[in-house]
Amino acid sequence: MAEKATKKEKREKIPRQPMPEQKPKVRAKNFDEVPFGYSQEAAIKEAQRCLQCKKPGCVAGCPVEIDIPGFIQLIKEEKFTESIRHIWQRNSLPAVCGRVCPQEIQCEGLCIVGKKGEPVAIGNLERFAADWERVNGTGALPPKADPTGKKVAVVGSGPAGLTVAGDLIAKGHAVTVFEAFHKPGGVLIYGIPEFRLPKEIVAQEVNFLERLGVTVECNQVVGRTITIDELFEEGYEAVFIGVGAGLPVLLDVPGKNLIGIYSANEYLTRSNLMKAYLFPEYDTPIIQGKNVVTLGAGNVAMDSARTALRLGAENSRIVYRRSRAEVPARTAEVHHAEEEGVEFFFLAAPTKFIGDDKGRVIGMECLKMELGEPDASGRRRPVPIEGSEFELECDLVIVAVGTGANPILTQSTDGLTLNKWGYIQVDEKTAKTTKKGVWAGGDIVTGSATVILAMGAGRIAANSMHDYLNLGW
Amino acid sequence: MFKIVKREEMSDGTVVLNDIDAPMIARKAKPGQFVILKANETGERIPLTMAATDSEKGTITVIYQVVGKSTALFKTLQVGDGYQDVIGPLGKATHIEKVGNVVCVGGGTGIAVLHPITRALKEIGNHVTCIIGARTKDLLILEDRMKAASNELRVCTDDGSYGHHGFVTDVLKEILEKEKIQLAVAIGPVPMMKFVSLMTKEYNVPTLVSLNPIMVDGTGMCGGCRVTVGGQTKFACVDGPEFDGHQVDYDELTLRLQAYCENEKQCYEEFCIMDS
Ligand SMILES: Cc1cc2nc3c(=O)[nH]c(=O)nc-3n(C[C@H](O)[C@H](O)[C@H](O)COP(=O)(O)OP(=O)(O)OC[C@H]3O[C@@H](n4cnc5c(N)ncnc54)[C@H](O)[C@@H]3O)c2cc1C
Ligand SMILES: Cc1cc2nc3c(=O)[nH]c(=O)nc-3n(C[C@H](O)[C@H](O)[C@H](O)COP(=O)(O)OP(=O)(O)OC[C@H]3O[C@@H](n4cnc5c(N)ncnc54)[C@H](O)[C@@H]3O)c2cc1C
Ligand code: SF4
Ligand code: FES
Repeated sequence: MAEKATKKEKREKIPRQPMPEQKPKVRAKNFDEVPFGYSQEAAIKEAQRCLQCKKPGCVAGCPVEIDIPGFIQLIKEEKFTESIRHIWQRNSLPAVCGRVCPQEIQCEGLCIVGKKGEPVAIGNLERFAADWERVNGTGALPPKADPTGKKVAVVGSGPAGLTVAGDLIAKGHAVTVFEAFHKPGGVLIYGIPEFRLPKEIVAQEVNFLERLGVTVECNQVVGRTITIDELFEEGYEAVFIGVGAGLPVLLDVPGKNLIGIYSANEYLTRSNLMKAYLFPEYDTPIIQGKNVVTLGAGNVAMDSARTALRLGAENSRIVYRRSRAEVPARTAEVHHAEEEGVEFFFLAAPTKFIGDDKGRVIGMECLKMELGEPDASGRRRPVPIEGSEFELECDLVIVAVGTGANPILTQSTDGLTLNKWGYIQVDEKTAKTTKKGVWAGGDIVTGSATVILAMGAGRIAANSMHDYLNLGW
Repeated sequence: MFKIVKREEMSDGTVVLNDIDAPMIARKAKPGQFVILKANETGERIPLTMAATDSEKGTITVIYQVVGKSTALFKTLQVGDGYQDVIGPLGKATHIEKVGNVVCVGGGTGIAVLHPITRALKEIGNHVTCIIGARTKDLLILEDRMKAASNELRVCTDDGSYGHHGFVTDVLKEILEKEKIQLAVAIGPVPMMKFVSLMTKEYNVPTLVSLNPIMVDGTGMCGGCRVTVGGQTKFACVDGPEFDGHQVDYDELTLRLQAYCENEKQCYEEFCIMDS
């Protein structure tokens, strides 16, 4: 009894292990990853903080129900290989999820330790296990079922598509992924910046699937280069659609087409996918503003505002029409952005952009807002305050206020039912669309959400597709 | 890799033709559609219209003018070399319909873009008059092919070294005065499309133009290619590239095409130094 008490005391005294990271001033000028990751010692120490709950809150908070106490226990016992294998049972992209999941509202948000103090750093531990495997692992491939002789097509190579590909190749089907861009990975490649998710990691995850036997065909715009019906004609028996929510939403205010007003999609695609941050070593240019304003306060906005700093902005500001309490970005991103010097203007929205005679943006006019009654999303609706106009000087504006469904595939495919926003309707339990042999999941079903939800949807679809290939629709 | 199987230089080496092995795209492409090409790992995504396709051979033809770093890099590619990435077919195909008398106006490399459209318009039974122009005789491209593709061909040069001495709009005016025209198609430099559209508007002739804003993905994902048509924002890569010429905001397009002129100059100059 006495011994137990001291053990508990000892555990409670261990503080949450801080994540070592680049200093804000330094990292705001480079594109290297911000956190370095836990050392082995820190990981083991952090793992010791876990209570190994009988009814763990964390697992309930995880959209794919990773056995969190299980993998943490294995880290504590220094069985790192076993630990990553344990995670893989539920999550095929842990190096990605450990870095980008909103842990504070998922696993860590429900962690029992977090009720009194700081929750166990589950995300950091997941990342540690995945990184350890990448550096020290044998690279041995997991077992694969015997070939079934069935061909499956996956459209889109974001987290949803990659999950389906990984699951179905393991079940013995022949899988081909069709990707519109010249590189696979979806938002993980074109959207999330290098300093938050090194592209090397995404490339390795894709390479892992290729080693398992998945064929990845880039430069294939399904709906244009080939249609879904043609895929069936070519002998694919089941098709998964995971094309994301890639339609940029632009603001409809005067001056919206001035040079220097980018959608976040364009800004981040130029920087990440086209590597414009390495211009002129890479050929794609990007406007490098000195006074940059990003509109919106989600992860996309944080990524844009922080990219702008790294591209030489003297001021990088975020203008958001709601208040700090409504900011949808991961807490860590907001914190990192503020440390790096991003300024926040809450409760303000642009009413017009001002340009010079060359058609370049030089400023914007904003209105102040106050919070009114809750809207459909349950958040209090921002209401403009009359006569509160103010001006902000800016030479670059990045619009990160959301995305919609890109119709390029859905318009060219008969038999899919779409909702009023153009997203694909599916059966929740199976991810089946209304078109026979076609499944869908990820952002093209839910609207822009998260990596882990896209993966969860991919997992559901893969199971249903496997059943279909064995048993029928 | 997408291999170059044929290569020609024209217009004093300022314009290059490539036949590229791309069977999936060749099978699908229709007149008016374009592809996006990327030469190598560090390259830019460059949109070029398909001037022809051969679904049997599985090839597509692009004709480009060397104007900057990326097109200069393309020019270094020889038969047997290839592009790392070719994506397409993109954009809406031209709506080809029998309407009667059609005038097709082409300038610079716009002539290459105009060629398959002209041919299709004639094949469906229209009487097609073509007006093509260049600064000077040596810069004129595809004269023979345009002649074969149309019922009548008129040539203009700015300096009078060949054909009519003056702009394509002079000849266009002459035709519009003389005959009833049901449709005009104008493809070329922005000012040319603007002035053709201003003129055909006076005569109430519906006019198609093909716009060439700066693009990235070509699939409606970035909004970089946005143009204003009839007061509305359109994405040229998915809603176009062809639009009603009378509705286009050409001045905005002209400005937006200058977005990167400083960067482009830097990039091109460095490339020219390295290449020489
Ligand atoms: C900048 C940014 C930051 C983000 N940060 C986070 C974060 O920190 N944490 C988090 O959990 N989530 C984050 N998200 C959201 C998350 O990335 C997405 O929810 C997730 O990637 C959706 O996955 P998906 O597989 O549905 O689609 P996507 O990742 O969008 O992938 C879709 C793929 O399909 C391809 N495609 C589209 N049309 C076609 C077609 N016709 N033919 C072939 N291929 C096609 C696209 O090119 C793309 O590669 C962020 C998103 C962005 C944009
Ligand atoms: C749908 C479409 C079809 C086209 N078809 C043809 C064609 O058949 N033949 C042809 O010669 N040209 C065509 N163009 C134009 C061609 O894409 C540009 O000339 C080319 O991108 C210039 O690149 P650069 O690096 O050599 O020159 P740069 O030095 O980069 O630029 C020269 C000029 O080209 C324009 N430009 C630059 N980058 C792009 C880009 N990514 N997309 C579009 N324009 C850009 C800019 O206005 C710039 O001022 C087309 C453009 C579009 C949008
Ligand atoms: S809730 Fe927290 S303490 Fe409990 S098992 Fe999960 S991580 Fe460990
Ligand atoms: S090129 Fe990106 S939307 Fe048209």
